[in-house]
Amino acid sequence: MIRFDRVFKRYPNGREALSELSFELATGEMVFLTGHSGAGKSTVLRLIALLERPTRGHVVVNGRNTGSLRSGSIAAFRRQVGVVFQDHRLLDDRPVYDNVALPLAIAGVPRREMDKRVRAALDQVGLLGKERTFPLELSAGEQQRVGIARAVITKPPVLIADEPTGNLDPDLALEVMNLFHRFNAVGVTVMVATHDVHLLDRFPVRRIRIEQGRLANHPYVAA
Amino acid sequence: MSLPEELRNVRPVGPRTLGGAASTWIERHAQTLVGSLGRLARQPLATALTIAVIGIALALPVALYLVVANARAVTAGLGDTVQLSVYLRLPTTAEQARKVARAIKARDEVGEAVLVSPDEGLAEFRALSGIGEALKALAENPLPWVVKLRPAEGQDSAAAVEALATDLRRLPEVELVEADTAWVRRLHAILDALRQIVVLAAAVLALGVLAIVGNTIRLEINGRRAEIEVTKLVGGSNAFVRRPFLYSGFWQGLAGGLLAVSLIGMGLVILEAPVARVAAAYGASFALAGLAAQEYLAIIGGGAALGLLGAWLAAAYQLRRIEPRA
Repeated sequence: MIRFDRVFKRYPNGREALSELSFELATGEMVFLTGHSGAGKSTVLRLIALLERPTRGHVVVNGRNTGSLRSGSIAAFRRQVGVVFQDHRLLDDRPVYDNVALPLAIAGVPRREMDKRVRAALDQVGLLGKERTFPLELSAGEQQRVGIARAVITKPPVLIADEPTGNLDPDLALEVMNLFHRFNAVGVTVMVATHDVHLLDRFPVRRIRIEQGRLANHPYVAA
Repeated sequence: MSLPEELRNVRPVGPRTLGGAASTWIERHAQTLVGSLGRLARQPLATALTIAVIGIALALPVALYLVVANARAVTAGLGDTVQLSVYLRLPTTAEQARKVARAIKARDEVGEAVLVSPDEGLAEFRALSGIGEALKALAENPLPWVVKLRPAEGQDSAAAVEALATDLRRLPEVELVEADTAWVRRLHAILDALRQIVVLAAAVLALGVLAIVGNTIRLEINGRRAEIEVTKLVGGSNAFVRRPFLYSGFWQGLAGGLLAVSLIGMGLVILEAPVARVAAAYGASFALAGLAAQEYLAIIGGGAALGLLGAWLAAAYQLRRIEPRA
């Protein structure tokens, strides 16, 4: 589902974020992407979400090579990848409903189906009934769960998350990670970048460790 | 570990039938349409200012156009004031002069003709010129016999008057024919030039409207940068992101067009009575010409089109520069 093939990434400012990085995720697999901050985790996620393109090598997601996508196809590609951010990137001037429904509005889903799906997604993250609440009235954990609801509402085959538990206390972090695990259990390919070691040990999930833009361990060493 | 049906199957979303797609498309546009109206209403002052500038920019060339059109209408009836003066050669007796005058009056193109003797001419000149005392010093009357005539009705176009003058110049007794059509021609030339100016002014002000709408939309886009980034992040295409701004430009242009039409209409109502008084003072009946219904519609439509175009230009330029960072 996700394949990195000798990916080299250098940013315009000259910083080399990744070099010769290769790994593969099978469909329906879940992995943790670990490593120190600055090791290149965010770059990996940015390449998967097509916020960046590789300088060399290939990134293939869901059968599409991101390097050869025309700019007109980027929007459609991004709809196949649900993204959760550490700072959740919610629209503070819109209620929870609008935030979660945004990807459906983009996809042109009729209002009635939208209502149904938003409720289902909010139910899934435990926020049913908060539709008309504004993000800033929610706790950090709740905001993060709104971000997750938004990421999964289009039922993307791939779900990626960048330090989704970074701002949460251990209980909330566990709760959020459980959510990702549940989505993975129904067939979604999930990649979570995190350095929360305590959390990692509670999930029997493969880890990909990156150090200075390269794989630090054998990719198939399970926890 | 179970998920509800709504979130379970991994498959792209979207309408699945053509009819469904069409109704979804309409629904999306309707939502954006109303949404952009609401956003404009939440910034009443900024919106009102933009609309006012657009309205005035559209009304100006239209007002100028109306001035020119009405000036043409007024001067179209000026033919009956066109007068020709036929000066006869100097040694002409009263008998010869009267004969020439009768011959001229008999012509079809001539309406009325009056013979003015040198004495009458001198008396008139004395009365009007204010140099009567100096004229007394003249030993003899230097003025010729003059036939003053007006063209017959329907023969008062500049070309017809010119043809008549040419004919009269060929008469052996005639020294000089003065046709004062020149000022009518000059006036019409000025009005033609003004018409060109109207076209130029309209073009320049249309560019102005584009710039105004473009700048307004540019500011709006900057103000909603975060929203645009997030929308692009979750897969919003440029067309999707652009749409609300296009509607915003459309609404402002449309409102500007409506304002321009109201300004013109009000101006016509206000000017109607004074213009009628002026016309009455000159013994003429003249009604101020306004615009036809389709011309009013064209102004409104033109405003909307300019708003849309300005928004499109600004959005095309600005939105490409906003790419999500994460």
